[in-house]
This record gives sequence, structure tokens and C-alpha cells, in this order.
Amino acid sequence: MKFITSMKCLSLGIAAVLLSACGGSKSSAPEVVPAPAPPAPALMSFDVSVSNVTSNQPLSPIAVVLHSDQYSAWSFGNAASAELEVLAESGSPADVISAATGEAVFAASSGADVIPPGMMDTVSLEFEEQANVELTVITMLVNTNDAFSGMQNIDVSGLEVGASMQVNAPIYDAGTEANDELAATIPGPAAGGEGFNAERMDSNVISRHPGVVTSDDNYTESALNESHRFDSHALRITVTRTL
Amino acid sequence: MKLKCLAALPFALAASISNAQNISVEITNLTHGIFFTPILISAHTDGMHLFEVGTSASTELQTMAEGGDISGLVATADAIAAVSAANPAGGLLAPSTSTMAELDTGDNMHLSITAMVLPSNDGFVGLDAWAIPETAGTYTLFLNAYDAGTEANNELILEGSGAPGVAGIPANPGGNGGTAGTGVTSTEANNTVHVHRGNLGDADLAGGTSDLDNRIHRWLNPVAKVVVTVQ
Repeated sequence: MKFITSMKCLSLGIAAVLLSACGGSKSSAPEVVPAPAPPAPALMSFDVSVSNVTSNQPLSPIAVVLHSDQYSAWSFGNAASAELEVLAESGSPADVISAATGEAVFAASSGADVIPPGMMDTVSLEFEEQANVELTVITMLVNTNDAFSGMQNIDVSGLEVGASMQVNAPIYDAGTEANDELAATIPGPAAGGEGFNAERMDSNVISRHPGVVTSDDNYTESALNESHRFDSHALRITVTRTL
Repeated sequence: MKLKCLAALPFALAASISNAQNISVEITNLTHGIFFTPILISAHTDGMHLFEVGTSASTELQTMAEGGDISGLVATADAIAAVSAANPAGGLLAPSTSTMAELDTGDNMHLSITAMVLPSNDGFVGLDAWAIPETAGTYTLFLNAYDAGTEANNELILEGSGAPGVAGIPANPGGNGGTAGTGVTSTEANNTVHVHRGNLGDADLAGGTSDLDNRIHRWLNPVAKVVVTVQ
């Protein structure tokens, strides 16, 4: 690709020399040759819609990253990154988005607001066409200590324009905060407690989430009630290629 | 592109001629705080089972589910000429970790997996006679936790209770549970193999009904991810 480009530049250069030589031999005003407009890069764009399918777990504003296979937001069985810890404990996607840089990332953005149970939010991203495109979506279940739901490395390369695909995202435990379910440590509306705390007080590995106990199941100190329980997945992600 | 297709053809032909298949099986413990005891992976013929939901557990399955001892199931598998990998993790498979085994299945085209989940009374993670695809590729399965139906889930940690018929949880490898519980229940409502309802636990480490911690010793299905690669 680079070779072809430089060849083009070379021939353009020769043409310019020839033109100026011609211009010098004529007495009339030099002809204006418009520079050829560079071809507009082909764009591709995706609408990423996330439905909250939980009973009573508002979801923090979604983090959406479209990337190559060289990007990974987390690794099961390993420690969470600092930015994922922030998202999973406080619900803020800002650090995950600002860390999503470099050649591997084509586009990254976050949702405008919290997604209440039963509601949906859509983030649209546009970037120069790529052969291999993967999608990662992450959000926090805010009435928990450090539960996040999401799916990473969803291959969307095969989607035709106008086509869409759907996946359900399981629920993970970031492993960075003990699941004590206390009012002081859960940031969501069920508790209003602390969000991010840099101390790592749990297993410090990412696993599937074990679920919550709640005060209705005899854990009297829990700030949660039976409505905050959840099961196998929290999100339905619908990806539509729009360009 | 055409060249690639042509080059791949001889391998495809070779694969379809032979029945024997080399497969690799990677098992990941997906849970947050539950260990797997020694795992048994067996490739066997159609119609054979290490366990079946809705039927009574064999003594061998009971021994595995209550105490983690797979020797009986290994003998069962050997007796039906299964190809097995016994204890690929070399002991416990900790939460959020993986292990791997390779099998030359021969004519054994069904795959079963069992391992006790710990701490539990008689819970196990299982795969029952999954038909191994003949087409080369990577296949991902998610496994649930089952209850062998052979022991009341009293949730009391008692040394020696891994023996079949002795009520109790033989060990809590994480060491993060309680003691002096009074027992969650003394009966088992379903005496056949069924989907495990989960541990109850409690937040009272020095008493209560359970010796398990309700915030730690829980799980949601699936509890294991299995990636089978057919070569």
C-alpha cells in the first residue's frame, strides 16, 4: 500500500515538472490545473444498542469500543485493569474510554446516561473502513459492589450494511471489592455509598459473578432487597451496521 | 484465496477417512469462590453415561459428588473402554482458573465431564454425553452445577464427611467459611440427579444454620466453560 502510494506521488511529481516546463514555453497565462481531490476514505458505522434486562439493577453509562483483535478490556481469571476497576466499582466509563487509544482502537465512546431496568441506550460510532472489526461493551450493575456486565471481542466484521446481530452479556465480578452489599460500599440508588476505592479487597481476579444475597434472604446488613437479585445475564446487545 | 482452499482440501479428506479424533478439552472454573475437585474427562460410545439428570446417582457418582473421589468413575469408564483424562489439574481447580487435557478418542464420540464443586454437600459440575462433532473446529460449551441427590445439603463442614453416606461438606479449601452451624436441612427432597439450587450460607461465621458464607460460597450457572478443539 505504501509502495503504491509513493509511486503515485512520484508520477505526480514528474507531471508537475513537465507542466511547469510547458508553462515556461508559452507566453499566455498559465493554465490552472486543479489538484485531484484525494479519494474520501470509505467509512463504516455501527449502532450499538444495549437493553437492560435486569429486574432492578440500573446500568451505568455504557462504554463502547470498536477495535482490532489487538485490544482487550479484561482477561478472565486475571486482575482487572485500573480503569476497569473504576468502571466496576463506581460506574464511570471515563477511564475505560480514555485508555482505549492506539492503533488497535478504531472508535470509542460512552452512553449519555444510566440505563434503567427495561430501558435501552444506543451509541453510534463511525470510523474509516477496516477489514477486521471487533466490539466491546462494558457497564456496571450499580446496585452491587463491583459487578459488571459486558461482552468483549465480538466479531462484527461479517455484518453487511443494514444487518444486525444480538448477544446476551453475562455478569462478571471484578474481584476488586468484597461483595459485602453494605450501604456504605454500593454506589447505586439502593444504597448511595462509595463508588471507586483503589484498595483491592477481594480475590483480585475477574470471575463470573456469584449473585447477591440481599436482606430478604436473611442477610440483615445488606442494603439490597430481593428485587436486586440477578441471574445469568444483564444485557442484550444489538449491533447494527449502518454504513 | 483459491490456492488456500486447494491446499486445505487434502487435510479435509484425510480427516474424513479416519474415525479416530484428537481433541483437546480446556475447562475453566467460572465461579468466584468455588473449587473443583479432581476432574474426570471421558470420551465414550453412544448410550453410556457417567450421570443422567432425573435418575438416581450410581455409587461411583455419589462417591465423587460427596467426597471428590473419582476412582470409581474412572473404573466405570475403563470398563466401557472409554478414553479418559483423570485429574488433569493435578488436584483442585481454583476459582477462575483453567486446565487442559488432550484425548485421542478413537471410536468414542461422546464426551462426559464430572467434578465435585467444593464447598458443597454433593454438588458437581457435569457434562453428560455430548456428541463430539466430526468437523474440525473449536466448540464452546457452558456447564451447570448439579446436585447428586444423595445427601441432604446441611452445609456443615465436617472432617470425614466425604465418605458416601456421611452427611457434611468434607472441606472448604478457601478457608473462608464459618463453624458451629446447626444445619440448613436434614432431608433431600429430590433423590435423583438435578440442577443444584445453590448454597444458602449465612453471614454468621460463628453459628447460624450454615458453615458457608452466603456472600462468597454462591454461584450462578454456568459454573464452567469448556472449549473443545477437534483437530
